[in-house]
Amino acid sequence: MKVTLEHLTKRFPNRNKKIHEDVVAVNDFTFEIPDGKLVGLLGPSGCGKSTALNLICGLEKPTEGKIFFDTDDVTELPPERRGVGMVFQNYALYPHMTVRQNIIFPLQNLKGKDKITKEQMEERAMTAAKLVQIEALMERKPSEMSGGQQQRVAIARALVKLPRILLLDEPLSNLDARLRLSTREEIRRIQTSTGITTIFVTHDQEEAMSISDLIIVMKEGVIQQIGKPQDVYEDPVNLFVAKFLGTPPINVFHARVAGGGLYLGEDRIADTKAPEGPVTVGIRPEGFIPDPEGPLACKLHRVEVMGRDISVVSSHEASENAVIRSIISSAESEVVRALLADDSKPPKAAEESASDDRIVRFKIRPAKLYLFDTETGNRLEL
Amino acid sequence: MKQQAKGWLYLLPALIFLGVFMVYPLIDVLIYSLEEGYNFASQTRQGVGLGNYAYVLRDPYFISALKNTFVIVIITVPLSTSLALLISYFLSRITFLRQAFQTIYFLPYVTNTLAVGLVFMILFKKTAYTDGMVNVLLNFFGSPSIDFIEGPYAAKMFVMCFYTIWVVMPYKILILTSALASVNPVYYKAARVDGTSSLRIFTRITLPCISPMIFYLVITGFIGAFKAYSDEVALFGTDLNAAGMNTIVGYVYDMLYGEGGGYPSYAAAAALILFAIVFTITCINLLVSNNKAGIGGAA
Repeated sequence: MKVTLEHLTKRFPNRNKKIHEDVVAVNDFTFEIPDGKLVGLLGPSGCGKSTALNLICGLEKPTEGKIFFDTDDVTELPPERRGVGMVFQNYALYPHMTVRQNIIFPLQNLKGKDKITKEQMEERAMTAAKLVQIEALMERKPSEMSGGQQQRVAIARALVKLPRILLLDEPLSNLDARLRLSTREEIRRIQTSTGITTIFVTHDQEEAMSISDLIIVMKEGVIQQIGKPQDVYEDPVNLFVAKFLGTPPINVFHARVAGGGLYLGEDRIADTKAPEGPVTVGIRPEGFIPDPEGPLACKLHRVEVMGRDISVVSSHEASENAVIRSIISSAESEVVRALLADDSKPPKAAEESASDDRIVRFKIRPAKLYLFDTETGNRLEL
Repeated sequence: MKQQAKGWLYLLPALIFLGVFMVYPLIDVLIYSLEEGYNFASQTRQGVGLGNYAYVLRDPYFISALKNTFVIVIITVPLSTSLALLISYFLSRITFLRQAFQTIYFLPYVTNTLAVGLVFMILFKKTAYTDGMVNVLLNFFGSPSIDFIEGPYAAKMFVMCFYTIWVVMPYKILILTSALASVNPVYYKAARVDGTSSLRIFTRITLPCISPMIFYLVITGFIGAFKAYSDEVALFGTDLNAAGMNTIVGYVYDMLYGEGGGYPSYAAAAALILFAIVFTITCINLLVSNNKAGIGGAA
């Protein structure tokens, strides 16, 4: 099922009665979600992503705009007639019912020609339970299950009506880190095996990046960028998107363009065609190549060895943050080791000497270097 | 050992207090109830046995008190609880004037029983000047006056139950309103996504979620109604036997201090019979509620 939003807007009256201006939770959303895709709606908390999900679900009425499922206008339809399944953040499993009763509950609401027999209900409940692999837990109460199991039951309950669209509100936020990893794989697996168009909301960029076919980055009710996770990561339209995606986060510098060169402090790190004046520069952690001849001179703080990669923590006068974090892949790590060896100190010892005056020089990968307008935050051509 | 002695020492004040004011009187009541022909003035008795119980159970006044009590319990407990549930449900659905309504519904709770009795007198009692406001209304609709206070039993019982329900309702509304507010709204959202009808949401989600509170109200309601007395006095005066509206507690009181009083043995026997009844009913209630909680609750 294709989902199309046209100029969808939701305004709430301001809670602070002195301010008459409405709060715009969702501002002029226009996009199309292709059939059978897993889409992550991503943004910091309070950016209106849950409201957007509620609008698609039908729990909230839009102030303006239209919602289409394929070619059907569902804007005015109540949730049950839209054919959506929803998984809530806290799962919202009815605490007094068993897993079986919880999953069957939506089917017992069916009316008229959709009505099905008890056997059919059992059968469909069982199919849904098998899909999420909880068929052994059918007689348990929600309180007798782990968070991950409750999550599966909630998904089964959402799927049992054979919805056209599955909506998940922060599906992983209540799980611990290990379970989060396996559950997100699970969501991907269920989505792939059912082929159902799925939209999920999250504030965790890693979560969205890892399983989505498409991510939609939101800020304060406005869509910033839509695209494949890798594309959005590689090619952010503005500073907000660049900052929001990626761990460790992008390193931001106050820079200036002068004479066709890009300067971080006194270091000319690249040639540029951008107009002269101050700009904001973002460099991804993986964009730093240690090179004794490199143009960017940073003060070395410490080196963290994290298994496969080495993370170099340093600082620079033009940096917006206190430290610059760069990730050096093993292939290039020799240079760093050599650098440290120059001081005849092993890396371990370097960690301890937190602030010495050693300088580490970097070359910058042009593909990982982004230029932004300092005023608007919009991306500029390098 | 020393530690234990210390512990008991700390408990001693409470133990003495409980012993003197709770345990001793309870045992004493039991002893009183078994002493036949006990004379309070001369402190003598004719024998020991169940004679007091036999007397009380054959006393027509006690039988009528027992009957009245049961009628009040059976009518008022279910009615007041379900009415309170209905009112608190609608209170939880409205936003306009909700606070005002909550205050109004709670007023009877903070009003003195006897003051409420006075109000009911104005509503129901026949005097030389008026038949009471309810009768004025009845007359308006062409019905003859009914003497609610000194008239037929059914009329009196109606006023009695009306009064009892009116008095016990505020507390129940208070409890149920907060119980309803404590139900996680996300359940309702989930139910809405599934297109659940409001009736089904109420019976399948709301009721099970607040059932512990309902059981609590039913159990305390039963106990309270069995102990009814002051409300009857407020409406029908102290001579409840003459009005035919006595209750078990009223009977106990009469046996102790009433016109024909001075029979602590009979009073003790009646009190223990009441205790046995309340105890049995409460046990049944708890059994039922635990069973239900097993099926439904355990949230």
